[in-house]
Amino acid sequence: MAEEITLSVFRGDRSGGREQEYKIPAMTGMVVLDALHYIQAHQAPDLAVRWNCKAAHCGSCSAEINGSAKLLCKTRVDDYENEVIHVRPMHTFPVIKDLVTDVSWNYEKLRQIPAFQPAINAPFTLQQRDVDRLQEFRRCIECFLCQNICHVLRDHDAKDAYWGPRMMIRISELQMHPLDTADRLDLLKGAAGIGYCNITKCCTVVCPQGINITENGIIPMKESVADKYFDPLGGLVRKMHK
Amino acid sequence: MSENIESHSYDILIIGSGGAGLRAAIAAAEGGAKVAVLGKSLLGKAHTVMAEGGVAASLGNVDPDDGWETHFYDTMRSGHFINNYKTAEVFSKEAPQRVLELEQWGAVFDRTPEGKIMQRPFGAHTFRRLAHVGDRTGMELIRTLEQKILTTNVDVFQEITATKLFLDNGRIAGAVAYYREDGRFALFAAKAVVIATGGWGKLFKVTSNSWESTGDGAALAFRAGAELIDMEMVQFHPTGMVWPPGVRGILVTEGVRGEGGLLRNSEGERFMEKYDPQRMELSSRDVVARGIYKEAQAGRGTPHGGAWLDITHRGPEYIKRKLPGMYQQFMALADVDITKTPFEVGPTIHYTMGGLKVDAYSCATNVPGLFAAGECAAGLHGANRLGGNSLSDILVFGKRAGDGALEFIQGNEGMPRIDEGEVQAEIQRVLAPVGKEDGENPYAIHERLQEIMADHAGISRTGSDLEKGLELILELKERSRNMVAPGSRAFNPGWHTVQDVSNMITLSEAIVRGAIERKESRGAQWRLDFPDELEEFGKVNFVHKLEDGEVKTYTSPVPEMPKELQELFELGAAPGVAKSGKKE
Amino acid sequence: MAQPAQAVHGGKTGSAWWVEPYLTVLALGLFGLYSIWLVFFQHTGQFHNYLSPFFSPTQSWGIKVLPALWVLWVPLLFRATCYYYRKEIYRGFFHDPMACGIPESRRKFYFGETRFPFIWTNLHRWFWYLALVVLVFLWIDAIRAFIFPNGFGVGLGSIIMLVNVVLLTLYSLSCHAFRHLVGGGSTRFSCADGSPTTRYKLWRTVSDLNQRHGLFAWISMFSVWFTDVYIRMLIYGVIHPVRFF
Repeated sequence: MAEEITLSVFRGDRSGGREQEYKIPAMTGMVVLDALHYIQAHQAPDLAVRWNCKAAHCGSCSAEINGSAKLLCKTRVDDYENEVIHVRPMHTFPVIKDLVTDVSWNYEKLRQIPAFQPAINAPFTLQQRDVDRLQEFRRCIECFLCQNICHVLRDHDAKDAYWGPRMMIRISELQMHPLDTADRLDLLKGAAGIGYCNITKCCTVVCPQGINITENGIIPMKESVADKYFDPLGGLVRKMHK
Repeated sequence: MSENIESHSYDILIIGSGGAGLRAAIAAAEGGAKVAVLGKSLLGKAHTVMAEGGVAASLGNVDPDDGWETHFYDTMRSGHFINNYKTAEVFSKEAPQRVLELEQWGAVFDRTPEGKIMQRPFGAHTFRRLAHVGDRTGMELIRTLEQKILTTNVDVFQEITATKLFLDNGRIAGAVAYYREDGRFALFAAKAVVIATGGWGKLFKVTSNSWESTGDGAALAFRAGAELIDMEMVQFHPTGMVWPPGVRGILVTEGVRGEGGLLRNSEGERFMEKYDPQRMELSSRDVVARGIYKEAQAGRGTPHGGAWLDITHRGPEYIKRKLPGMYQQFMALADVDITKTPFEVGPTIHYTMGGLKVDAYSCATNVPGLFAAGECAAGLHGANRLGGNSLSDILVFGKRAGDGALEFIQGNEGMPRIDEGEVQAEIQRVLAPVGKEDGENPYAIHERLQEIMADHAGISRTGSDLEKGLELILELKERSRNMVAPGSRAFNPGWHTVQDVSNMITLSEAIVRGAIERKESRGAQWRLDFPDELEEFGKVNFVHKLEDGEVKTYTSPVPEMPKELQELFELGAAPGVAKSGKKE
Repeated sequence: MAQPAQAVHGGKTGSAWWVEPYLTVLALGLFGLYSIWLVFFQHTGQFHNYLSPFFSPTQSWGIKVLPALWVLWVPLLFRATCYYYRKEIYRGFFHDPMACGIPESRRKFYFGETRFPFIWTNLHRWFWYLALVVLVFLWIDAIRAFIFPNGFGVGLGSIIMLVNVVLLTLYSLSCHAFRHLVGGGSTRFSCADGSPTTRYKLWRTVSDLNQRHGLFAWISMFSVWFTDVYIRMLIYGVIHPVRFF
């Protein structure tokens, strides 16, 4: 691999900015976050980048690398041999500084989702197969790359109408919990705006945890909404069945 | 010039938004207090997220003979009996409740065939005890607490750094902090403060810790008059990644060995036979870490100075289901498929057993109104921590610290006063390096500190190395006064590093001083010049205090166990084993 | 927002993200044109014991419509509201988005599937029910394709029709709505004794099929198309029927 690598990193804040080039020595197995740390330590100490664990567990270092939404700590520099590595902040959220964006909107929405309401008290008796679906969604590291790539939020800026894939799988995991008693379907159809999703699946493509957001989360929730609002016959059958 | 700053007033201020901090906040909020949580990072990103293997609690779901006595027994033995037995006792009694509570709040643990919470074996635990979710248990735990806290009225301040605690006539009065986003300051007056800022693994270069583990809260409390204890006890996790260099230190969960992983040296020998023939790979962490280190020293290491860890015999499907994170981590970062080949591991700094000296029941420090819980507090783990005990630690003592603070404010209702001049002086001190170009680079100081600690206070220690290390740290401390942070106050990592490094230097001094005083080998402390565990040192802890700006080190007697607890160690086997009549 | 839009997609810079949406437009567009041609200019799909799927069933119980239109609307709406085709249609025809992170030209007036016409996609399961009825007729046709005037036999056409109806069945049974109805909508997958419920087993099976729903969607569309083309060429005498035995 090349001995020197070139990074072009977005520098700027809410008022604007531009990419700036840095040249740094390459190291075996280096990830883009390592490269940014090198720049911080030797060339630009005030380069702002959010990170915590550097092991793809925390979901802090989300950014856009050469046009792909990725975690900086999981993207190897040698994936871009003989290329300039362009690093930019997530597009969907307002820039605070350099690569750091304001993701507080996501926490506001997380707060608005009705919490788990178990029918009984722990310890629960649940089989692994009953919780497999929930555990898939609970792998989420809240990197918000799905929120970033979702065109409803990214291009249409419809944050007031649709809460995004992260919230959809959060609601899914609660709705699919065998012991949960709360009903979030009104929320899903209403304020959370599941109808805005047109299942174009970019959230699933970018998920660093490999969660099948669309197939296993959003589509089943769309079907649950259809159960309640678009299928009076099915609803009647289910009522009688109970 | 004086800063106009925003001002808040709370019953209870919690510094640290990891597991312990959030659990404390939930307890305090449930008690009706007005609570704020400050965190350096975003909510849910704290170092807790890195815990992989599981949370230790004697639920007895897979081994019904397990009970609090055996968990207590394992914890004390693993800590080489310099832990506070009271802490270990309440801990082992309350851990199961704290875990079940998580399930009630929405945590989804792996299940047994009977539908109960699954528990896996782990190093030096007598029974299968670790409730887990694959290899991402810490994530499950912090997500559950995050989701719980979002349903309370606790105010969470994200990406905010506390720099100083204030006292009012000896009692805690609050803290000042700055928002990382734009560098503006905020004052938090509070009747009680809980420190839950985690450990200081970032003192070392090869560490499994995230950037936040810089010991801020412990250093702040120490400067405010709180005592530190057992600081010399720094845990090496036996298995961190060793190659490539960029990922050196990243944790390889003990769960790999819990699920049957075997350690071999370059000659293909299962070398743990030599160091702990009974427990082998599942020996306590200090023993396994030293085993790997010794093999490498003897020239039987892997190409990059570690040992081979092999889990291939469990088959690809099982590995991908039980250790999906490990599988992906090695695939993405090291191009190694752990389902097909053994992989290199080596010791990495993982946990700091020492920390703020606290009361076993209320988590109160010696400063009235100041509490501490989690990794920044000490007493539970003694000389070596058992895997899985840190997650139950933060749950049990997070709650106890929250309750302790609640109780304290009921007896001390008035809002303490914070001296305006002191606040302004602190702000000027913190702002001093901002925008300066000429001076010490904080990143370079940090790197130098890491070198000093690795060379002079690492896995193997000697008196002369430690003395030299202390000298170098004191020199570096002087240099660090001149750190600069070019750029503005707005999200300036260089400036943030200045705070972190100052805190770490404060703590490193206590670590080295403690290691010098403990002239024996015990748990994590391995002195080449004193290779044996000595009875006299088993009776003392080393306590550090700041007196007129100088770190002073004292001894304090290890609390003596009452007879009924002592008897647990005289059964000839772990209590659960002895009781059931089965052979160990 | 300070930073200008930049293309983000699964692959690297310069990857050919535009190929897929254009191929979709091409394939669906041609199929659409072919269907229109059938509806307006073709009156039969029958060639002896072979029947084109576009013209099945032949009996119309007195309802007078163009022969191809009699049932064509059912599979058409079933496919148009299909979760897989929706993705391809929104990407290809509406550029909403063309590919992940590709900036869109229309920024306002996006309502997703919350308003007319796309809110109709919620009725997918109803079209699935109807599609099942059509499927029954297609199976009958496929069986008839093996019955020649002189008894049982196998011709190229019989095989084509059988393969076609198998693919259509796979496409229908791998449907997301069916996956939900068969078990996905339930939250309990275990009986009191810990054993899996029947719904769970069904849901697992359909889930496995569902992973290939997109593949079945394409190949079953092409098989329908090809079946009609084959039979039409027989009708026009362009080719001669092949009989194996």
